[in-house]
Amino acid sequence: MTQSSEATGGLCSVPALLQRNARDFGSKAAYREKEFGIWQSWTWAQAEKEIEALALGFINLGVNEGDFIAIIGRNRPHFYWTMVAAQSVGAVPVPLYQDASAEEMAYVLEHCGARFVVCQDQEQVDKVIEIQDGLHQFEHMVYVDPRGLRKYDHHALHRFVDIQAQGRAAYYEWIEDLKARREKLTYDSTCVMLYTSGTTGKPKGVVLSNRNIIETAKNASEFDNLNAGDEILAYLPMAWVGDFIFSVGQAYWTGFCTNCPESPETMMTDLREIGPTYYFAPPRIFETQLTNVMIRMEDASAFKKSLFDYFMAHAKKVGPAILDGKPVGFMDRMKYKLGELMIYGPLKNTLGFSRVRVGYTAGEAIGPEIFEFYRSLGINLKQLYGQTEASVFITVQPDGEVRADTVGVPAKGVEIRIAENGEIYYRSEGTFVEYYKNAESTASTKDGEGWVATGDAGFFEPETGHLRIIDRAKDVGTMADGSLFAPKYVENKLKFYPDILEAVLFGNGKDRCVAFINIDLTAVGNWAERNNIAYASYQELAGHPKVLASIQSHVEEVNKSVAKDEMLSGCQVHRFVVLHKELDADDGEMTRTRKVRRVIVADKFKDIVDALYDGAPQVSTTTEVTYEDGRKGAISATLSIIDAKVQAVSTQKVAAE
Amino acid sequence: MNDMSSEGYTTADGRKIGGTLMEMKNITLRFGGVKAITDISFDIKEGEIRAIIGPNGAGKSSMLNVISGFYIPQEGEVWYQGAKRPQMKPYEVARQGIARTFQNIALFDGMSVLDNVMTGRLNHMTTGLFAQGLWKGKAEAEEVENREKAEKIIDFLEIQAIRKTPVSRLPYGLKKRVELARALAAEPSLLLLDEPMAGMNVEEKEDMSRFILDVNDEFGTTIALIEHDMGVVMDLSDRVVVMDYGKKIGDGTPDEVRNNQAVIDAYLGVSHD
Repeated sequence: MTQSSEATGGLCSVPALLQRNARDFGSKAAYREKEFGIWQSWTWAQAEKEIEALALGFINLGVNEGDFIAIIGRNRPHFYWTMVAAQSVGAVPVPLYQDASAEEMAYVLEHCGARFVVCQDQEQVDKVIEIQDGLHQFEHMVYVDPRGLRKYDHHALHRFVDIQAQGRAAYYEWIEDLKARREKLTYDSTCVMLYTSGTTGKPKGVVLSNRNIIETAKNASEFDNLNAGDEILAYLPMAWVGDFIFSVGQAYWTGFCTNCPESPETMMTDLREIGPTYYFAPPRIFETQLTNVMIRMEDASAFKKSLFDYFMAHAKKVGPAILDGKPVGFMDRMKYKLGELMIYGPLKNTLGFSRVRVGYTAGEAIGPEIFEFYRSLGINLKQLYGQTEASVFITVQPDGEVRADTVGVPAKGVEIRIAENGEIYYRSEGTFVEYYKNAESTASTKDGEGWVATGDAGFFEPETGHLRIIDRAKDVGTMADGSLFAPKYVENKLKFYPDILEAVLFGNGKDRCVAFINIDLTAVGNWAERNNIAYASYQELAGHPKVLASIQSHVEEVNKSVAKDEMLSGCQVHRFVVLHKELDADDGEMTRTRKVRRVIVADKFKDIVDALYDGAPQVSTTTEVTYEDGRKGAISATLSIIDAKVQAVSTQKVAAE
Repeated sequence: MNDMSSEGYTTADGRKIGGTLMEMKNITLRFGGVKAITDISFDIKEGEIRAIIGPNGAGKSSMLNVISGFYIPQEGEVWYQGAKRPQMKPYEVARQGIARTFQNIALFDGMSVLDNVMTGRLNHMTTGLFAQGLWKGKAEAEEVENREKAEKIIDFLEIQAIRKTPVSRLPYGLKKRVELARALAAEPSLLLLDEPMAGMNVEEKEDMSRFILDVNDEFGTTIALIEHDMGVVMDLSDRVVVMDYGKKIGDGTPDEVRNNQAVIDAYLGVSHD
């Protein structure tokens, strides 16, 4: 644990890595962003100048060492520069989720006491202005996009380029100060503070040091042989630790190029144009892409459709084996090559995956069919398991040992221990320093020896040494008869069906399980269109008898598969309801990273849960909803409750402790 | 609050409005025996957002068509940039820096959004058909420059994601936005919007309102708009002309118009029950 910075050649901070990159990869692209229809790019040398100007501007504006600078915006080079400029002057960057509501923002800004906020445009500026009176330390705001802001009071509001220009103008005044501040950074200085979305309670500020980030970035880059020639597309929220590790940690460690999309809507086009070699996406994105491909193939001509089906069946048979380097017969190989030419290649090109060398998915379990689909195309998609407190990496799948149901072996430099109750503990160089201003939570999460409780329950597969995750440890419970209750396990199985977007299982302490289901509007809507089913709203479609029947068949399939698992056979779904609204972060039912907040959902829809248990055939309910602009409204509905067939379980085994 | 002298004024939110850009003097327009517009006079000042409102059939669109040179009034004069405008063809009016959008979208359906926006640049192209066909020298430089301008507008109106999509595939609300983009691409000094919010839902209306305000703020474009939605008009515009049966029955700030008894009777107060 006391490894010094010698291991990284004296490069003990991100600004130090920037200096090295500007020197060693000076003329290589560091950032690209599509703007005005063209990819604009900045080399490492240019990026270094931009960041320096901004850092000088910050000093000029009065940023002190130890200050917090909040960053609110979508992935743009300007915000990555802001992070590094903040670090260069000894301040701490705090990226926020840009779609957070004003209250959530107010909490975070007040908690860290940010004196400065750098944000994207009028929308964010307005949000901060709305809450600034309640923020004691807040002083200055900087914005990138001036549109609509001309008339605003500018005495504490500054344009990004103006701050840089002031920095350049004051170069000789502040450059020595900047150098001195940069020199002072050590391996243990704070690199970034990230707020975890928190499935329960208020968000917590996770403090990550340079050691955490650089060691993790180094280990992970070595593991996958990442180098300066790699390309990534930065499109996931900047407040999320993964984006920080990929787009800052690894990008600065290896010197690869970070590409920023033109707008969130153009992400898929931009992905295709850039053709990243290193790619990360949560399962949801892979799912959506696959759904889109399948929908479009449904509309294709019969010939194309049959060609697609034929070669995809072959890919399913031999694709993953070829990718893993396992022996495959000559004819099969030839046929796969032909398929590559006819189907796989063009498809990968359309999806933007032609050049992907290493792809990761994490955050949630991914459906085996989805996972296999991408791997069969020859895309090296792998899973990893991680969390903010670990600077992402806990376990990761090595090439050639990739499976849908495990999350791989411990990442380099990570030790893992499974506690008596099945909870996973880890410790590594990437282990966070502390929760900011929350010693209590720090102590309850990280013990004196540096072991961190993940809150997830899991076990190592004896034969392969791979970790398997069962569920959140606190969500794992027991049913009335003492059998194990692991909601996530069943929910994931349900969510693997394309027309089910979200599922929530209840049953802790009860004699049987019941579930809430959210339909996927894209998939079900398309199905409705093809089957001439008219609907006027989400609510109407969700309550359509045919939709309910197809969901019922999915639930019963899942019950069959759950029944086979002797530990979890008690978790079969006896009754379920298809909800009249999508669970949404704006209503507090989910986190910003789209994880269900179980307790809140159970509480908010208590009437429905009760109806599920008391045997009523339907339930009338009224639910409050929050619109994007913060206004509230209510929707009411009468939902039918459906009984699903469950499988008889021969010997009800009590779960092993 | 507003000093409405002929030489400009300052709005409530602190914008400086300049001198008269266009002045309509005693306009009368007849179609055979039908009088669409009767003796109307008003002015549009540089940098302001000027609305023309009125019930159905009041003659609003006819008025806009007079401004854009589509209709030639039988009586009255149109003064533009300090000079009386002679009879002109619409394309000549366009060359004078007046661009417009249409009530019933008039885009090139088969062309992409980008190409549609590029057509708005037509009056800024000087090279001939032959030179552009060869794509050499000046023609190339010109196209690059025009594309840059078009892209700035695409960025401004946030339609990057549909840049290459054929217009026929777009929903109504986006088509309206593309029309605005094409009109803006002409870099007009006067922008005419014919019912920019018609048929839109609340969210689309909010977006469109923001774009109109931003266009005015960012490019300093003078805007004259016709609109049905009273709420929108009152929020957006600096001054409002109210028409009824081809006559002007009110003219002033939104507040003045709102309290004008003639206007209330003719428009706001009429019950259809």
